[in-house]
Amino acid sequence: MPELIDLLNALVLMTNYVILPALTYGSQLALGALGVTLVFGILRFSNFAHGDTMAFGAMATILVTWWFQSMGISFGPLPTALLALPFGIAVTALFVLGTDKFVYKHYRGIGAKPITIVMVSVGVMFIMNGLVRFIIGPSDQRFADGVRFIFKAREFKAWSGLSEGLALRSSQVITIVIAIALVAALFWFLQKTKTGKAMRAFSDNENLALLSGIDPDKIVRITWILAAVLATVAGVLYGLDKSFKPFVYFQLLLPIFAAAIVGGLGKPMGAIAGGFIIAFSEVAITYVYKKFLIYLLPPDMEPDSLVQLLATEYKFAVSFVILVLVLLVKPTGLFKGKVV
Amino acid sequence: MNPLTNPTLRPYTVFGIMAALLIFVGTTQSWGVSLTIINMCIISAIMTLGVNIQWGYAGLFNVGIMGFCALGGAAAVLVSSDPVAEAQSAGGTGMALALLSLVGGCALVFILHKLWGTRPLRKSVTFIAALAVYFLARHFYDPASAAIEAVNPAKTGFLGGLGLPVAFSWLVGGLFAAGAAWLIGKVTLGLRTDYLAIATLGIAEIIVALLKNEEWLTRGAKNVTGLDRPVPYELDLQQANWFIELVTKFNADLLSGLAGDERSAVLKSLVMDASGIFVKLCYAGLFLAVLLILFALAQLALNSPWGRMVRAIRDNETAAGAMGKNVKARHLQIFVIGSAVVGIAGAMMTTLDGQFTPGTYNPLRYTFLIWVMVIVGGSGNNLGSILGGFLVWFIWIEAEPLGNWMMSVVTSGLDPASELRNHLIGSAQYMRLMVMGGVLLIVLRFSPSGILPERSGHK
Repeated sequence: MPELIDLLNALVLMTNYVILPALTYGSQLALGALGVTLVFGILRFSNFAHGDTMAFGAMATILVTWWFQSMGISFGPLPTALLALPFGIAVTALFVLGTDKFVYKHYRGIGAKPITIVMVSVGVMFIMNGLVRFIIGPSDQRFADGVRFIFKAREFKAWSGLSEGLALRSSQVITIVIAIALVAALFWFLQKTKTGKAMRAFSDNENLALLSGIDPDKIVRITWILAAVLATVAGVLYGLDKSFKPFVYFQLLLPIFAAAIVGGLGKPMGAIAGGFIIAFSEVAITYVYKKFLIYLLPPDMEPDSLVQLLATEYKFAVSFVILVLVLLVKPTGLFKGKVV
Repeated sequence: MNPLTNPTLRPYTVFGIMAALLIFVGTTQSWGVSLTIINMCIISAIMTLGVNIQWGYAGLFNVGIMGFCALGGAAAVLVSSDPVAEAQSAGGTGMALALLSLVGGCALVFILHKLWGTRPLRKSVTFIAALAVYFLARHFYDPASAAIEAVNPAKTGFLGGLGLPVAFSWLVGGLFAAGAAWLIGKVTLGLRTDYLAIATLGIAEIIVALLKNEEWLTRGAKNVTGLDRPVPYELDLQQANWFIELVTKFNADLLSGLAGDERSAVLKSLVMDASGIFVKLCYAGLFLAVLLILFALAQLALNSPWGRMVRAIRDNETAAGAMGKNVKARHLQIFVIGSAVVGIAGAMMTTLDGQFTPGTYNPLRYTFLIWVMVIVGGSGNNLGSILGGFLVWFIWIEAEPLGNWMMSVVTSGLDPASELRNHLIGSAQYMRLMVMGGVLLIVLRFSPSGILPERSGHK
C-alpha cells in the first residue's frame, strides 16, 4: 500500500499535468463547439469556417491589444487582451454579418442543400484564412501580459512540503472563469429571453416558428453575432493559454467538430459535454504515466517504459476515435442532436 | 453557333483558352515554367478526377484527400527506395510480429465479440480484449522501431523499400489508398454527409501524422530525398551524344552563324536548357498517358449502366434503394475507387518531386484546393474536372506573381522604407488563398454547375 504522501504527490501530479490543462482546453473547445452547434441548429449547416472565425477574432483582439499596449493602457494584473476583447468581438461580428449578407443569405433564399452551404463555408474559410495570414502573418504571436502565475510550482512545494509542484497559471483561471460566465449568460439568454426562446423554437421547427410570426432575419442575425462572440472569446482564450498561430486554429476544427457531434449537433448542453470529453481524453491518453505509477506502485513494480498510451502527435486520433465510436453506438450524439 | 454556349463546342473552346494561357506563360516567362505548371496541372487533374468520381457521381463529401495523396507518396518511397538490410535484420522480425499480433489480435477480438453473443458485459470484455491486443502489439513494436531508427539515423534509419522501379509505385499508391478507403468507408459511410466530411478530415490528419512520426517506415519528418526517376537525369542527357545532336539539329539556324569557342559555348547553354525541358516533357508524356487512361475508364464507367445506377442513387437514395439497388455497397465501391485515383496521383506527385516530405502536406493545399478544382470545373463532368484541375492550378501558381505585382503597384506611392509597404509586399503570397476563396464563392453563386456542367442523356 503506498503511503499517504505518495498518494498526495500522485494527486498533485495528475492535477498539474492532466486535470488543469484538460479543464482549460475543454473550456476552449466547449466555447468553439457551442458556436458550431448554434450555427448548425439555426442555419442548418456545418460551418467549416468556424476555426478561421476564431483565428480572425483572436487576430482582431491582438491588434487592438498591441494598440493599447503601445499607448500604455494596461489592465493591471490581467492581460490587456481582455480589455481589447469587446473590440475584437465587434469587428468579428461585423465581418461575420457581412459574410452572411453577401454570401450565405443567397443560399437560404434559394433553399440550397446543406452540403452546398458547407461548400460555401469552405470558400469563406479560404478567404478568412488568407485575410488573417495577410494581415498578421502565419507565424506565432504572443500577446499575453499581466501576471502569469497565480502561484508557481516552487511556491506550492514550499507551502505544502510535497515533492511535486503545482502551478496555477492565470490564463487557466481566466479561461475557466470566462467560459463559465459566458455559458451561463448564453443559457440564460436562450432559456429566459424572448429572442432566445424564439431561437430555440426556430431550431426545433422552422416552419412552425415562421407561422408564429418569428422574424427569421433577426434570428439569423442574432445567431451570427452569438457565433462571433463565442468564436472570438474561444480564440482569444486559446491564444492567451498557448499562443496564436493561424494554422493551429484551422486544425482546431477537428476537435471542435468532434465535440459538437459527440454531444449531438444543435444541442448546446451536448457541445459543452463534448468539449470536456474530447479534452480530457486527449490529455489523458497522451500523458506519460511513468512518474504517476512510480508514486503509486511498490518499488519492485516500477515501470521502465514511459507508459504513454499514444504519442502527443496523435492527439487528433483521439478526437477522431471518440467521434467514430460515439457515432457508431449513438448516431445522433449523446444528447440526441438533430439531423438535416 | 456560339462556341461558348453550345454544349458540344464549349469543351473545345475552354480547353483552347487554357492551352493559350499555358502558351502565353511559355512565351512570356519561360517554357520551363510552363511545363512545370503543366505537370502539376496533370497531377491535379487526376486528383480532381478521383474526387469527381466520389462527389460528382455519387455525392460523397470526402475532405480527406490529403491523406490519400500522402499514402500514395508513401507508396513511392516504399516501392522505389533501396532496402536497408541492416535495419531489416535489426527490427524487421519485431515489426512483423507487431503487425501480426495487431492483425491477428483484431481478428480475435472481432470473433470474441461475435461469440460472446448476449452474455453480460459484452462491451467491457471487447474493450479489455482490444486493450490487451494494443499492449501486445506495443510490446513488439517499441523495441523494433527503436532498433530500426538507430541504424545509421542520419542517412537511413528506416526499413527502406523494395528497390523496384518508381513507376510501379503509382499502382501501389492506388492500392494503398484503396485499402485505407475501404477500412474508413466500412466505418464511416453509414454516416450523414456532414459527419462523413468530419470523419474523413480526421482520417487525413491521422494518416499524415503517422507518416510524419513513424520514422522507421518513411523516415518521418526527416524526409526521403533522391527518389528513383522514371525519366533520364539532366546530367546524363547533357553528356549523351544523341541529345547534343538533337539540340544541334533543332537550333541549326542559330548555330550556323557561329564558329569555334562561341559556338560550343552557345551549344552548351542550349543543351543545358533543353535537358531540363526534355525531362519535363518526358514527365508530361507519362502523366498525360495516365490521365488519358483514367479519363477513358472514368468516362466508360459513367456512361455504363453502373454509372447511371450510381447517379440514380445520388439523386434519390430512397428511390434507388426501393428499386433494389444496394446503396451502401455502391457508396463503399465509389469511395474506394475515387480514393485509389487520388492515391495514384499522390504517388505521381512524389515521383515528380523526387522526394517525400510528410511535413508539407496541408489540408488547404491538398484537400480544399482540389475541391475548388472540382466545383469550378463542373462536378459530375470528367472533362470539367480535368479543366478545373488545370485552370485552378494555373491560377494558384500565377496568383502569387500577380499578387506581388499588384502589391507593388498599390504601394508604389508609399515610401520604400515604410513598414506598411514592406508588410504588404511580404504578405502578397497569401493573396492566393483569398483569390481561391473568391473563385469558389463566385462559381458557387453564379454558375453552381461549374464551367462544364454535367451532361446527362435525357436533357
